[in-house]
Amino acid sequence: MKTYAYYPGCSLETMAASYHISAVETAHKLGVELKEIEDWNCCGATAYSHIDELLAQVLCARNLALAEKDGLSVVAPCSGCYKNLHFANVHMQEDPDLREHMNFALEEDDLHYSGNLNVHHLMDMFVDGVGLDVIKEETSDRLKGLRVAPYYGCQIVRPRKDEQSVEDVEGPHFFEDLMSAIGAQPVEYPYKVRCCGASLIATNRKAALNMLRDLLQSAVNAGAEVIATACPLCQINLELYQGEVNKEFGTEFSIPVLYFTQLMGLALGIGPKKLGIGSEVVSSKEALACRAT
Amino acid sequence: MSTTVSFSQEVANLLYATDAKPLNCCIQCATCSAACPAVEFMDSTPRELIAWINAGLKDRVLASNSFWTCASCYSCSEKCPKGIHPAEMMYALKRYSLWKNQYPEGLIGPEFSRRFVKTILKTGKSYEPGYAPAFIFEGGFSGLLGEMQNAIKLLRKGRLPLIPAKIKRVKKFRRMISRIIPLEGIA
Repeated sequence: MKTYAYYPGCSLETMAASYHISAVETAHKLGVELKEIEDWNCCGATAYSHIDELLAQVLCARNLALAEKDGLSVVAPCSGCYKNLHFANVHMQEDPDLREHMNFALEEDDLHYSGNLNVHHLMDMFVDGVGLDVIKEETSDRLKGLRVAPYYGCQIVRPRKDEQSVEDVEGPHFFEDLMSAIGAQPVEYPYKVRCCGASLIATNRKAALNMLRDLLQSAVNAGAEVIATACPLCQINLELYQGEVNKEFGTEFSIPVLYFTQLMGLALGIGPKKLGIGSEVVSSKEALACRAT
Repeated sequence: MSTTVSFSQEVANLLYATDAKPLNCCIQCATCSAACPAVEFMDSTPRELIAWINAGLKDRVLASNSFWTCASCYSCSEKCPKGIHPAEMMYALKRYSLWKNQYPEGLIGPEFSRRFVKTILKTGKSYEPGYAPAFIFEGGFSGLLGEMQNAIKLLRKGRLPLIPAKIKRVKKFRRMISRIIPLEGIA
């Protein structure tokens, strides 16, 4: 069984608990163990970079140092955590002075980071680590014909990493490929890599609601029955604030927003309860009901 | 001997992690502004901000709400033909304006960021309901009511914790942080 160092991130303990349990279950079913990093701390989200750059780095450095004890590659399901951990890792690998500075601070917690790890998003782990062929083989036709809008959001693809091409970032298709592999029918829509508004939902509600409306409209126009996400903040914005979008703009959106791991789990024959299905604010019952069970 | 650092140099010094071209490479093509999904809610465009920084117009920059309206989506950075990283510049300006304690009135962003950081420096983890006071009253009574309805929806689904989580080694964690930045005044 292949094992990764798993960094859940704060949201997966609270609002995105269904992402956590579906990630662990689905990985397990595919022969992957997600071993939670012991005593991990918050990655800093975006707010840390508002205060101090080195502070933002050291929060990630601690998590990487904790993971390095086992020498396992790190997997993060939240796109924000993934971006922070990935770039902190790259910066420390490329800049020995920065690494030394971080290690000076880490000494206080009896930790050290040598820079030997890789950081992956959970979806990369499934697509590249497990492989679409393997996933396809294990999949039933539970989701056959389900029209899914794969929503990438921002930080799973941006900022661009050295190994990525412009095409990878501006017109990615790995999410569609994964949805096809599990038997669903991905729809193509222009807003798939457009921002959901992120923390503007708290700091500039008007801006966020506008961005959400455009995004929901784009997915619905393409005929999607479900939106699939790979980030807890995207999920909460798209789902919880649909009502407020409807109030603000007189729209009638009622589209369920599920984590990609919940759809994968269903296709792999895992029971809905074990995947946290039922904890949605916008029910997914109808969209999932007409499929074979 | 004293040296004066210009505003554009100060901003440049805040951009360690960007690994990008300096702002004075900007050709004012406005691709960043066109790529920005939040630009219509900014009082000045990302292109204008860069022009002002390069011209040393500090007060004008600090009076703008633009960098507090950035959602960190990195579309601008992806598209810049000169390899500038405007999204990281937005972060740098947020840091600068918090450091100088200078930003337009009525913005929620600065208080939100401060609360966020304070929470994590205390517990090692983030706790969403703790940030609500930064913005919940901004929408007046209907805003408050709306947030409460949202909170109830999450509570009923078991998605809203009532007690903030905490890491085990908080003390050591805080000592580690204090080797980077003095905790006094932050948390």
